[in-house]
Amino acid sequence: MTKRVGIEISQAIGEAVKLANIDVVASYPITPQTHIVEHIAELVADGELDAAYIAVESEHSAMSACLGASAVGARAFTASAGQGLELMHEVLYVASSMRLPVVMAVTNRALSSPLSVWGDHSDAMAVRDTGWIQIFTENGQEVVDNVLCAFRIGEDQRVLLPVMIHLDGFHLSHMIEPIYMPEQSEVDKFIPPYQHPLPLNPDKPITMGAFGPPFIYSETKKAQEVNLTAAKEVILQCWKEFASIFKRYYHPVETYHSEGAKVLLLTMGSFSETAMIAIDTMRKEGKNVGLVKLRLWRPFPFYEIRQAVSHAEVLIVLDRALSFGGPAGPVCSEIKAALYNEDKKPKIISFVGGLGGRDITPDGFGEIIDRGIEISRTGSQQEFEMYGVRG
Amino acid sequence: MDKPEGELTWKDLEIGSIVAEPGNASQYQTGTWRSQRRTLNIKRCINCGICYIFCPEGCIEQNAEGYFEANLFYCKGCGICACECPTEAITMVEEE
Repeated sequence: MTKRVGIEISQAIGEAVKLANIDVVASYPITPQTHIVEHIAELVADGELDAAYIAVESEHSAMSACLGASAVGARAFTASAGQGLELMHEVLYVASSMRLPVVMAVTNRALSSPLSVWGDHSDAMAVRDTGWIQIFTENGQEVVDNVLCAFRIGEDQRVLLPVMIHLDGFHLSHMIEPIYMPEQSEVDKFIPPYQHPLPLNPDKPITMGAFGPPFIYSETKKAQEVNLTAAKEVILQCWKEFASIFKRYYHPVETYHSEGAKVLLLTMGSFSETAMIAIDTMRKEGKNVGLVKLRLWRPFPFYEIRQAVSHAEVLIVLDRALSFGGPAGPVCSEIKAALYNEDKKPKIISFVGGLGGRDITPDGFGEIIDRGIEISRTGSQQEFEMYGVRG
Repeated sequence: MDKPEGELTWKDLEIGSIVAEPGNASQYQTGTWRSQRRTLNIKRCINCGICYIFCPEGCIEQNAEGYFEANLFYCKGCGICACECPTEAITMVEEE
């Protein structure tokens, strides 16, 4: 029987990683990710998880060690956030271009300066183009489920790509929630053993990450682009099979009361749960509003987003990151790009809010929606508005 | 590799652009980088092999007559051999 336990989400990630029976974890602690690797260290030290725990001197080394492990055919996991994710930035590209299916939990955190350990999506947006599969989660159950899916998706022979599971720092990482932890036997069946088709092996020497002169570099990037885009099919299959076993359903774009709604709000991550409360309240007041939640960030779900929003008149996008001097929040820019050539598309209004751990309450989401509707009618002098900023 | 590297399409590449065949860097023509070409004056050459030892590319080989000659498919024209030659038998001349 699957057990439902009250557990801190960071610790639940550790338990999920144990169920996935990883071989190597290399990590450098950083708030708000520390509890994840602390718990894994504990599981390794107590003999509950037979894995090598590599205590490294930085996040750059953490990702490098995970790459090496993955390259010899070991299942590798790490976790990071904020500045730590930035410090490993250049190695992230190497993981995806060398097709090494490392799994990483990212407890999304704001970037310095000023120093903030609290949550927003600045770190996630900074690693947008690193070639990783990226999935956003709303609650502890989604985190655990998608960490398990991440190993299966990433290690699929058609994919072989690293996977980031994004969860909001503190809003999720430090919450205690009731979570169904799957049985070991179920997970063993769900995640087959990892095999890299061309692993590092002294008996058959190969070179990974070789020099790529101008005559071949573009071909390698084309292959990588085709591979990441094609991974969507495998992600969909994985979620479908996950649902058939565990009865929990995941989709690239998820909706809440969005059908027929004239006004839609689009959110990512844990704020979607708060936004649902706002949608309930507004619908009771007779307002025709709905919510669209973007789960799969990379590969970007063009088809699904067009299906979900093209019927609406107004689409309000809330970003939790800034693209300084840019056209809108980073998520909103992509939504606009995805819809630009469509014949039927909503007016798109961009808001940035919830930066550096600042909450947006259900009433706050109500204000954002009302203001978004107003801007859709009157227009605005600004490309986007920052919600809740004083002055 | 069946095709020369410059003719490979993206579909021909190994997963992750892995080089699965050891030693295939020998197919890579670095000689095109050269702006100066090494010339050897055999009247001065004493076949000491110092150029052979110092060549960072390892592209110098001893020929049948005992002289050390650079393989111009690889030679990048760095001029280290000319600098090290004790008899000044090697000079670097501009590539045309």
